[in-house]
Amino acid sequence: MASSVEGPQIPISVDFSGGLEMLFSNQRRHSLSIAANDKDGNPSTIAFLIDHLCKNLMKDPRSELFVLDGHIRPGILVLINDADWELEGEEEYELKAGDNVLFVSTLHGG
Amino acid sequence: MAPALCAICRTARALIKRPKNHAKLCKGCFITIFEDEIHHTIISSKLFFPGEKVAIGASGGKDSTVLASVLKSLNERHGYGLDLVLLSIDEGIKGYRDDSLETVKRNAQQYDMPLKVVGYDELYGWTMDQVVETIGKKGNCTYCGVFRRQALDRGAKMLGIKHVVTGHNADDVAETVLMNLLRGDLPRLSRSTSIVTGNDSLEVKRSKPLKYSYEKEIVLYAHHKKLDYFSTECIYSPEAFRGSARSLIKQLERVRPSAILDIVRSGEDMARLVPGEKSSSCGGCQGRSSASGAAVAEEDVGGCGSTNGRNPGGEIAAMDKQLRENEEHEGLEIDITKLKLTESDGTRQNRKDKQIPIRGPNGTGKVVGRQVLGTCERCGYMSSQAICQACTLLEGLNKNRPKIQI
Repeated sequence: MASSVEGPQIPISVDFSGGLEMLFSNQRRHSLSIAANDKDGNPSTIAFLIDHLCKNLMKDPRSELFVLDGHIRPGILVLINDADWELEGEEEYELKAGDNVLFVSTLHGG
Repeated sequence: MAPALCAICRTARALIKRPKNHAKLCKGCFITIFEDEIHHTIISSKLFFPGEKVAIGASGGKDSTVLASVLKSLNERHGYGLDLVLLSIDEGIKGYRDDSLETVKRNAQQYDMPLKVVGYDELYGWTMDQVVETIGKKGNCTYCGVFRRQALDRGAKMLGIKHVVTGHNADDVAETVLMNLLRGDLPRLSRSTSIVTGNDSLEVKRSKPLKYSYEKEIVLYAHHKKLDYFSTECIYSPEAFRGSARSLIKQLERVRPSAILDIVRSGEDMARLVPGEKSSSCGGCQGRSSASGAAVAEEDVGGCGSTNGRNPGGEIAAMDKQLRENEEHEGLEIDITKLKLTESDGTRQNRKDKQIPIRGPNGTGKVVGRQVLGTCERCGYMSSQAICQACTLLEGLNKNRPKIQI
């Protein structure tokens, strides 16, 4: 539903690595347009993006490998423009045009 | 939110928040301190000697790729004088290992290191694909684990190398500590925290230079240095995001990032309380026991990270079963530390009386007995039983009697 909100869109790129690619069509980089604001009119955040990815981009039914209890699964690192999301406000970070968000799993063996 | 500046150089933008101390660092300072800390671990535990030939157990995954990259840098920067070789095991799993081996081959070129690949087929006459064809997917990890443990040693022997380093990280060690704690198995807990397993008197020793490195930082190091690594789960253990202990550790890390190193240190401290056991450590730099004091090969059967991988529910049960099976084969693990202690003590009988009974996992109060080092009469691999574990499994396979109890 989130994606169908009318209004301005912002272009971002999303990368998956460390094994998460397999949940997203085995493709590392995805260029997306997402709504600039959520249904309440607030700027779209990383939490909004994660929900959007689960609903619209994930082709694999095993969403629990990406999200647990509504939050990103512990052990998956999130980098916003190459910076640890812990430095950027985590789920609260407000997305800007041109942002790159990388999800990298640490959970896979070698 | 204004971008934070690096806590060290105070000029570049901070990109990393360190789990162990929350320090905010820029890319360059993070890479430097990550390498410096591993150097410190290597030096304070006297891991290597100049001119030593060292095989890096390389799977193409993040841990071993980072290990190879860091060891190459440190070897050049600090003049360790090491002769580094990549050693890979080919389990013979099409669509999995052949892809990761391609990564290792690229690593060999990138790091300018010779590469040796030893295959289960040449060592045992069976690929894992053939094993699975015979016994099915269930239980195949046991075979793979037992075979791999020997394969690394044998590969090293073929190269005339007596020291294999593996990419086990702090999260791996914390996971093992927790598993052994949950089983009430202090002797094994002690051995699992040692940075070195095996001993100069044995043919091949193992060590884990990344023992204090967070998995998170290993992945970030690989990312920021743009290292070429491979990440796909073994096709024979799908759903193989690791088990319950793994999930627990990751959840603890989320709430309190220092928890992982705290578990490792607690494991070391508990290890010191176990009679006859030592754990080398550089935690806080008090524990300077040298490598030669460490306990013998208590390798996690895994190495691919998939060994423990089943659904969270059955995970601990499966691990427990696996460990119990190992326990029955305790004879395979020769505890040199205990052996020496006992033999150098003239009043052996008295000593035995004074020993604190460490309970085994089954709750009995038995004192773990000493074992006699020997070799397998079939393959010559070190074993304290007439026939080693791998040969026992092979016998079953060759007779097509897969359900053999090990």
